Amino acid sequence: MAKIKFRLNGVPVTIETDANRRLLDVLREDFSQTGVKEGCGEGECGACAVLMNHEIVNSCSVPIANCINKDIVTIEGFSRTSRYKVLRDSFEEEGAVQCGFCTPGMMIAAESLLNKNAKPTDEEIKVALSGNLCRCTGYSMIIKAIQRASKDGEDLW
Amino acid sequence: MVKAIIPNSLNEALEHLNSQKFRIVAGGTDMLIQHHNLSTLPINYRDDVIYIASLEELQGITEDEQNIFIGSCEPLEAILENQKSPKILKETILEMASPAIRHTGTLGGNIGNASPAGDSLVTLYLLDAKLEIKSLSNTRIVNLIDFIKGVRKIDLQDNELISKIIIPKVNFTKAYFKKVGPRLSDAISKLSFTGAITIENDIIKDIRFAFGAVNITVVRIKEIEEEYVDKSISFLKTNIDSISEKYSQYIRPIDDQRSNKEYRKQVSLNLLKDFIEKL
Repeated sequence: MAKIKFRLNGVPVTIETDANRRLLDVLREDFSQTGVKEGCGEGECGACAVLMNHEIVNSCSVPIANCINKDIVTIEGFSRTSRYKVLRDSFEEEGAVQCGFCTPGMMIAAESLLNKNAKPTDEEIKVALSGNLCRCTGYSMIIKAIQRASKDGEDLW
Repeated sequence: MVKAIIPNSLNEALEHLNSQKFRIVAGGTDMLIQHHNLSTLPINYRDDVIYIASLEELQGITEDEQNIFIGSCEPLEAILENQKSPKILKETILEMASPAIRHTGTLGGNIGNASPAGDSLVTLYLLDAKLEIKSLSNTRIVNLIDFIKGVRKIDLQDNELISKIIIPKVNFTKAYFKKVGPRLSDAISKLSFTGAITIENDIIKDIRFAFGAVNITVVRIKEIEEEYVDKSISFLKTNIDSISEKYSQYIRPIDDQRSNKEYRKQVSLNLLKDFIEKL
């Protein structure tokens, strides 16, 4: 067992756990962050995406041992920000959500991109979403939603 | 339950490695999948594990006159964003996995994994990369091409770890990386190819080719390359078929779930021709 300290959604947390667990399982089982989804479980679909030090990572592919002193933000934490509200409205306006399973990961990918690049091109958005699969929308609405958020969010990013 | 060590310094990590055998985990993006357990159970490692990704000594990119030094645990995306990184390496990394994986996956991990389909390997072979290997009592430098012995076989003792990747600086006239996979992102290569050339007044000063996922390790044959140094571009172009023929004997792919050997061989040689024709 290892003592692991990190920040979860801005709050310092400490857990005593097996260091060989996945970040995904710690978030869902120990902290009830069920917005973090397990899709493929092998880093190909992005449904489990969270922010680590404000960059997108797949929580299914990150050992909790690598999270010491890291800043982890889940969709639950991100949903309390004004950036999230702009993204949510844009996703709604553009019809970028159907079944919704990929949506938390898509929002995290969008935030990871916009945080570094507030005015991305369509091509840059495609690269940013390249690790996130959506089986419903066909992606074009998601790309439009991120463009809209980039415009409507103005100085938020 | 296996033991898991999270060292606070490189020295502490080396002391642990000196005392017993460990499975070394860097970013974990391959290890967690290879040893995946049922449902939400911890990762199913058979050996004790040591986590090195957070060690500061293994991060960062520095340079001197001749070389670029990349910390073995520097995340791939950070290499992509660093202006010191060689252009052809950046083009390669851009085709590896996805941003999410690149934020945690490391170059040292891709090398240590020693998969014949490891995307960075083909370009690192092309660049004549070397590795700095550390143990508690020793630091040694080894050529990557000598370090990788076969499929997942590497020249690393139980008490050692990869600390740096050393890349000699070169200014190619043209370099190109092509990866062939079923999907642009998050795909394991069916095959990959890197070519690079330095031309002065229409004369070839340096020419290099490397082929990935078509043999047990990356194929790079310096004897063939040397035959075309100090020759003209038109000589190279008129000899496309014989160059292709020469590489043909070294390109010995396998059939697996991702592709078959005929396709892999044909496309590899097509990419070689494409590189030469477009010069």
